[in-house]
Amino acid sequence: MGNIERIDSRQVPAAREYLTFRLGNEEYGIDILRVQEIRGYEAPTRIANAPNFIKGVVNLRGVIAPIVDLRMRFGCERVDYNGLTVTVILNVGNRVIGAVVDSVSDVLEIPAQSVKPAPEINSAVDARYIVGLGQVGERMLILLDIASLIASPELGLIETREAA
Amino acid sequence: MGEMTSEGSQLSAGIDLSQFYQVFFEEAGENLDRMEQLLLELDIEAPDDEELNAIFRCAHSIKGGAATFGFADVAELTHQMETLLDKLRRHELQLTAPMVDVLLASGDALKAQLARHQTGAGDEFDTTELLFNIRAMVAGETPKVIAAAAAAAPAPVAAPAPAPAPAAAPAAAGARTLELTVGPLDDPSQANNLVDLFKEIVDLGTIEALDGGVAEGGMRRFKVVTSSSESDLLDLFTFHVSREHVRFAPIGEPAAAAPAPAADLGYGFFDDAPGAPAATEAAKEGEAGYGFFENSPGAPQSHVTPTESASPQAAKPAPKAAAKAEAKAGAALDAATIRVSVEKVDQLINLVGELVITQAMLAQNSRGLDPAVHQQMLAGLTDLDRNTRDLQEAVMSIRMIPMATVFNRFPRMLRDLAAKLGKKVDLVTQGEATELDKGLVEKITDPLTHLVRNSCDHGIELPQDRLAKGKPEQGTITLAASHQGGSIVIEVRDDGRGLSREKLLKKARERGLHAPDSLSDQEVWGLIFEPGFSTADQVTDVSGRGVGMDVVKKNIASLGGTVEIDSAEGYGMRVAVRLPLTLAIMDGMSVGVGEEVYILPLSSVVESFQVEPGMVKSIGNSGRVVEVRQEYMPVVELEQVFQVPRFDFEHVSSIMVVVEAEGGRVALLVDELLGQQQVVVKNLEANYRKVTDVSGATIMGDGRVALILDTGSLVRRSRH
Repeated sequence: MGNIERIDSRQVPAAREYLTFRLGNEEYGIDILRVQEIRGYEAPTRIANAPNFIKGVVNLRGVIAPIVDLRMRFGCERVDYNGLTVTVILNVGNRVIGAVVDSVSDVLEIPAQSVKPAPEINSAVDARYIVGLGQVGERMLILLDIASLIASPELGLIETREAA
Repeated sequence: MGEMTSEGSQLSAGIDLSQFYQVFFEEAGENLDRMEQLLLELDIEAPDDEELNAIFRCAHSIKGGAATFGFADVAELTHQMETLLDKLRRHELQLTAPMVDVLLASGDALKAQLARHQTGAGDEFDTTELLFNIRAMVAGETPKVIAAAAAAAPAPVAAPAPAPAPAAAPAAAGARTLELTVGPLDDPSQANNLVDLFKEIVDLGTIEALDGGVAEGGMRRFKVVTSSSESDLLDLFTFHVSREHVRFAPIGEPAAAAPAPAADLGYGFFDDAPGAPAATEAAKEGEAGYGFFENSPGAPQSHVTPTESASPQAAKPAPKAAAKAEAKAGAALDAATIRVSVEKVDQLINLVGELVITQAMLAQNSRGLDPAVHQQMLAGLTDLDRNTRDLQEAVMSIRMIPMATVFNRFPRMLRDLAAKLGKKVDLVTQGEATELDKGLVEKITDPLTHLVRNSCDHGIELPQDRLAKGKPEQGTITLAASHQGGSIVIEVRDDGRGLSREKLLKKARERGLHAPDSLSDQEVWGLIFEPGFSTADQVTDVSGRGVGMDVVKKNIASLGGTVEIDSAEGYGMRVAVRLPLTLAIMDGMSVGVGEEVYILPLSSVVESFQVEPGMVKSIGNSGRVVEVRQEYMPVVELEQVFQVPRFDFEHVSSIMVVVEAEGGRVALLVDELLGQQQVVVKNLEANYRKVTDVSGATIMGDGRVALILDTGSLVRRSRH
C-alpha cells in the first residue's frame, strides 16, 4: 500500500512505451498512452496576443485544438516547417492539444531501470517536466511528463484560477 | 442460510436496482409533469373520463416504480392519490376544485420526495396533511384545510353557512383541550389503544383518562390536549375504534363553544352518540351547510353525503367535450421517443459537420473535371451533396424540441401566481409546436418566466379594476412562438394596463437619466431595460425586487437574441423576444483582415460603408472616431487588435463595419467583406483558454478555423 501511495507521475513503475520524437538535435519521449494521433503539419489559425510557441488552433474533425510548437517552447535554434514536421495530437485530461515536433521516430519500450533521474541543470526545459533520462543503446531520450507540461502555467494553455 | 438471503437481497437492492434509478426518476418526472398538465386542463364541472384515466395512469406508474425501488413515502402518497383518482374515474366521487388543488400539491410533494431520493439530500417532505386531506376526500368529506377556499368560492353552501365560515381557518391552530368520548364499545379496553397511539406519535399531544379506566355503559372518557384537528385525530383513531364511536367536545372554553367549534365540527364529522352531551344547535346549523354529519344511531343510515358527492354528474355539461377531442389528436403526437445522451448527439453533429466539409472539398476539386469523361463520378458527387445536406438538416433537428416544453410550465405558475395576487388570468398559448434548440430552450425559460410574472403582476389589473375599465374580469396572457426567417420569435402579450409613458419618463428623470419628452415611444419603453428600473409602485414578493428587465435583456442578448416592447396604455403590452434557432448555429458575416478571416455575429452588424478620405478624425493621439449620420463612433482597427501580420505594406483598410452591442456602437476597420453564412459555433475553451475579444470559433468550408469576434468586448474595449 505504502508503495502505491508514493508513486507519483514522475516515477516510472515499470516498463512503459514511449513515442520518441526529435526537437532539433535532441530526442524526446512521451508516454504513448497520451498520444491520440499523429498528423502532418498544417498551418493553424493564428490567435492574437498568444505566446509565440502557441501557433494557433486547428480543426480536428470538428474539435478546435490548440497547437503548441514544442521546438519554440524548448528554445530550439532552428524551427523549420518541412515535409517531416508533424503534429502529435495529445489527449491530456480531457483536452485535445497538438504538439509540433521535427519528426517522430519510433515507439520504444523502456524498462524502469533504464530511466535515470535528470540532473538539475539550467535549461529551457524545467526539470519538473522531465520524468528522467532513458537509455536505449547509444541514444539518450529525454522523457517528458507531457501532462504536467501541458497543464503548466507557463504554457498558458489552460486557464489557471489566477489568470481568470 | 440467513446470511445468504441477506446477501442476495443486498445484491438485488444495492446493485441490480440502482442502475434503473435514473430511468425511474426520469420517467416519474415525466409522469408528474404530464399529470400536472392534465390536472390543469381538467374541466371541473365535466371532467373527461379519458383525462381522469390518464391522470390515474400517471399516478399508478409512479407508484409502481416507487414501490419497486423501495421509496415508501412516494409509494404511499401516490397510493392515496390513486385511490382518490380511482373513485373519480369510477364516478363514485364528483371532481371538485379542492381535489385538483390537493392533487397538484401532492404532485409538488412527490417532486420534492423524488428529488430527495435522487440527490440523497434535503429534508423529508411532510405529507401528513396531504395524506389526510386525500383520505378525507376519498371518504367523501371536504377536508378542513382547503375547505376555507372551497367555502370562499361560490360553493354549494346553505344560507346559515357564511357566518361560521371565516372562523374555520384559525380554529385548528394552537393546542386545545378536548373531551374525548369513545363508545359504546364491546370491549372498553380497546380505548386504551388510543393512549398508546398518543405515546407513539410524538407531536400529537397528550391524553389522559378522565374515568380512571372504568367504562360506564361501554363509554370511555379522555382528556386530550392537542393541536391536531378533530378530523386528524379521527383519522388516526379509526385504526382502533370506528369513527361512529368517537366524539369530541371542548373543555374549559365555554365561550368558544359557539361559533368556532361549530365551524370546526362542521368540516369534521360528528355523531350524536347516545349518552353524549348534545351538540349545540349552532353547531348543527353551521355544519349542515357544507360539512356533513351523521345522526344518532337511532336514525338509521341517514348519512347526509357531502354536497359534492351528492350530485353524481347528473347535469353534466358537455359543450367542451367536442373541442377537447380535437385538441387531443395533437397531444398524442409525442408518443414515440427515445432517450439519447446529449453527448452522442453532439458527436453526431460534429461528424456530420466534418462530412459537410469533406463534401465541399470534393465538390471544389471536382470542378475542373471534364463532365463528359467523369459523368458517373460527377453524378455521384451531386448525390453526395444532396444527401449530405439532408443528413445535416436531419441531425440538426435532433436537438430541436418544441416550445411546448417551455410553455407547459406556465399554466401552473400562473394559476398559483394569480391566486396569490387575487387576479383572474387566462393563459393562451400559440405555436407550441415551434421547435427550438434544446440548449436555448433551457436558457430561455428563466427570462420568459420573468416576463410572464411581470405581465401577471404589473400588467393584469385586479378583477374589480378591470370591470371598472370596462374590460372582462379575467385578464389574458398570451404566449406565442413562431418562426420568422432564420429566427424564432416568442411573444408575451397581456391585455393589462400597459406601460405609462409619463410614468416611465418621470421615473427615468428621478433616476437622473436623460429623458426628454421628444423620445419616441420605442425609446421610452426601452427605459425599462435600464438597470434597477422598476415600474412597480411598490415592491411585491412577486416582482419588483432585484432582478429586473435589464437582466432579462442581458440574458437574451447573451443567447444572440433581442427584445422588443410594444405597449398601449390601458390596453396591454407585448414583449417580443427574437432568438436564433439554435445556439450552435449563428448567422455570421465573414470579414477579411490581411490574410485572415474573422466572423462577426450578423445580429450585431448594423451597417458597413466604404471609408472616404477625411472621414476618420483622431482624438488625442490614439483615439480615432468616424462620423456616421451625425454620430461619432470610435474606430477599432481589427488589424491592430489582432496583430495581423502584413505583407503588402501599402495596403490601407478601407471598409468599416458598424457593430452594436451592449448599448454601444463601434466601427470596425477591415480589409474586405467576404460574405454572410451560417456558421457552426464551437467553443475555444474546451481545449484552450478564453481569448480576449473572441467568443468562439467555427470551421469554414475549407476546413480551416475562423475566430468569431465578441462584439460586446470590442465595444467595451473602445470605451477605455
